[in-house]
Amino acid sequence: MEHMGIEPGRLHFSWISSAEATKFVDVVNEVTAAVKALGPNKNFLKTEARVA
Amino acid sequence: MLAYIDKIKEISNRLLKEGKVDMVIGFRKGTVPMMNEPCFVKTPEDIENFVWDSNCGINLANYLTNRKEKIGIVAKGCDSRNIVTHVIENKIKRDQLVIIGVPCKGMIDRHKIEAIFETEIQDVVEADDKIIVKGQGLEKTFSKKDVLQDNCALCIHRNPVIYDELVGEPVEEQKDLDRYEDVRKIESMSPEEKWRYFDDLLSTCIRCYACRNACPLCYCPTCFVDESRPQWVGKSIDPIDTRTFHFLRAYHCAGRCTDCGACERACPMGIKVRMFTKKLEKDCLELFDWEAGLTLEERPPLDTYRPDDPDDFIK
Repeated sequence: MEHMGIEPGRLHFSWISSAEATKFVDVVNEVTAAVKALGPNKNFLKTEARVA
Repeated sequence: MLAYIDKIKEISNRLLKEGKVDMVIGFRKGTVPMMNEPCFVKTPEDIENFVWDSNCGINLANYLTNRKEKIGIVAKGCDSRNIVTHVIENKIKRDQLVIIGVPCKGMIDRHKIEAIFETEIQDVVEADDKIIVKGQGLEKTFSKKDVLQDNCALCIHRNPVIYDELVGEPVEEQKDLDRYEDVRKIESMSPEEKWRYFDDLLSTCIRCYACRNACPLCYCPTCFVDESRPQWVGKSIDPIDTRTFHFLRAYHCAGRCTDCGACERACPMGIKVRMFTKKLEKDCLELFDWEAGLTLEERPPLDTYRPDDPDDFIK
């Protein structure tokens, strides 16, 4: 995804066990903070079909 | 390279007459120059149709999928690697095949020649390492190495990796090539530039799916782009849909692509489709030390688990 122009930090991968509630919260906070910092996604966004 | 044809015919003839195979897959002359087409020969009389020159770029492994009969197949280096991939993925059994290996010195890129040549091309003749192109009242001679397909110029597996008969002495493999200069160039771009680069690259795509159809890896009974319940991706030529198609297709080829160049060759618009698959090919080499289709003995990295698989991207 990054190779074709999605900013680093927009896409996150994480492995969290169902027993790791605190890790889940931390990850969600981290991801939201990182994505908010990047601002709204402008690329790879499909708007309504354009009529010619 | 042109001399291979006698040997190809001789072997095909023997295989068919002895009943070792039900058909031989090779190439015959196409209806327009530089477009040789696949040819399925079932009787010794038809063997005369076979040709071999520098226009045999189509990957014949594409025609083996789920075949039941015994098949003789003409295979260049890249074809042979895709045959290995087919065997690994259970699309054909090794003992169904008699592989007629052809050492290859590269195929010529019709897009390149068409771009240099002003008029319609009527005939293309080959002599040694020269390509003579004839058009209306015009004749030009090219050196073959100047009009090679991009992937052939960077090929490091010209000799078949698997074969039962070889039509000629193995050719010298190219060494010390910088195979990923173009990928590194994209990697060094900023996200904005990358986005624009691929936007530009795909701007002429008409979603004809020729790249997919030419690809020996794309054998799914229903391709994700043709699926309508659910519909994974829009069917329009909206740039986002087009991009989704291309990069998802590339992902489906990760760890399987042999960089045979069939996709790029098939593209009627001359899009460098390989710029998607090549990144994944490079990653596979760097992360898993893997090149697709070299051996029947080892499973590809994406269908095996190893405790030391790279996982730095998972937090």
